[in-house]
Amino acid sequence: MTKYAYYPGCSGQGTSQEYDSSTRAVCRALGVNLVDIPDWSCCGSTPAHTVDHLLSSALAARNLALAEDMDAAAVITPCPSCLTNLKAAVHRMSDREFRLQVNKLLDKPVDRSTPVKSVLQVLAEDVGSDAVAEMLPNKPLAGLKLAPYYGCIMNRPPEVMQFDDHENPTAMDKLMAALGAEVLPFPLKVECCGASFGIPRKDIVAKLSGKLLEAAAGLGAHAVVTACPLCQMNLDLRQGQASAAMGRKFQLPVFYYTQLLGLALGIPQSELGLSKLCVNPRLALDAMYAAQAEKREREAKSEADKQTLKAKAA
Amino acid sequence: MEVVDIHASCDHEFIAQVEAESEQKVRLCYQCGNCTAGCPYTFAYDIPVSQVMRLLQAGQKVRLLSCKSIWLCATCESCTTRCPNEIDVARIMDVLRHMARREGYATEKNVKTFWDTFLDSVEKHGRVFEMGLLATYVAKTGRFWTDMDLGPKILPKGKLSFKPHEIQGKDKVAEIFKRFRETQQ
Repeated sequence: MTKYAYYPGCSGQGTSQEYDSSTRAVCRALGVNLVDIPDWSCCGSTPAHTVDHLLSSALAARNLALAEDMDAAAVITPCPSCLTNLKAAVHRMSDREFRLQVNKLLDKPVDRSTPVKSVLQVLAEDVGSDAVAEMLPNKPLAGLKLAPYYGCIMNRPPEVMQFDDHENPTAMDKLMAALGAEVLPFPLKVECCGASFGIPRKDIVAKLSGKLLEAAAGLGAHAVVTACPLCQMNLDLRQGQASAAMGRKFQLPVFYYTQLLGLALGIPQSELGLSKLCVNPRLALDAMYAAQAEKREREAKSEADKQTLKAKAA
Repeated sequence: MEVVDIHASCDHEFIAQVEAESEQKVRLCYQCGNCTAGCPYTFAYDIPVSQVMRLLQAGQKVRLLSCKSIWLCATCESCTTRCPNEIDVARIMDVLRHMARREGYATEKNVKTFWDTFLDSVEKHGRVFEMGLLATYVAKTGRFWTDMDLGPKILPKGKLSFKPHEIQGKDKVAEIFKRFRETQQ
């Protein structure tokens, strides 16, 4: 089984615990072997690259150097911000001079360049939505209407990220559709939610996240599904602030795609951390179960009608 | 409209420095406005991003390093991705921030304090300690009402630890910061 060096990212131990636990559970169920990078440290996130690119690359590169000893196919992370920093470091270190400068800041230098991918990329490319669809022919998420939200940096800039389409990514859409969910054409897939300005400038986050929630609600979505811890937090935890900014009350659950994948695979809800979401996920799941029940009823009725017609004809 | 006397105030050395640090040619911008059209932050900026590029071409150093926009850019990469001349605009915004820091400008003080506090947390623990970061930020800025409304929503979820996740290599991470500062002297 292919081994991946797993980089959970700091929020995975805190505000996005449920993303980390559901990612691990789903990967286990789909045969994706994750081994944590031993003693990994913070990639520096946005604050580091706003200070200096050398500092930012060195903080990310410490982890790449640790991963080199693991003999893994790739370093993979669920978090787009970590992904950006790790990938940007690899990209910039292709310049020999810059790599030497980075290595001077590190105890253990980076020797080779390890491929870096998001967990979503591995699930989309190495597992594939077709295989997922085959595993779950009964379409467990049928009736669930989803607005897929990728966030701004998972696929951009394309020269660095090298995955999916930078204006209209579809990897998550395909996985969700494979589970039977109705994936809505969400036009703000890659618009920024306000990123890390929640604490210093929450007015900005409330407005930008408010626009996203308004568009998703306008499409008739039961829920938003996302692949980014910061996007999830802005849309879910700050939904009240976004509601106030838009002058209307949103009640839209915001799932991690791994939680829905896990649910479809029959992984216990406790492991998926559904209770850790702020907006009650029941709102969406009940709508889905109701749609499924209605469909079953409709099918049973049409079957009964057919039988009656047959009987009459006989 | 802002009128700039570029003969009197054009700082050529500043343009050259931005070009060197960002590895971008600022003269390539022909003001199509694509970056501003796609930028989600224009409503909060004091100078839209295409005008940042124009003022940069005109070498308006103080005007740019003292603007709010460079602190409010979230590096969402819309501008970079959509620039028809393949200018990495987001990287230029990053470089302007680096220069503003070095020259002592901080027009969005709370944004800078938040980022600095974040990095202090990484330097100290090796990983970000979210609860500690919030407490230190509040103490530094005196904004005691910051996200008070969110406490009752998030605390019962048991996601925020009251203790940092220390790592064995935290001194190695602190060394990265120390060596970086030495390169800056």
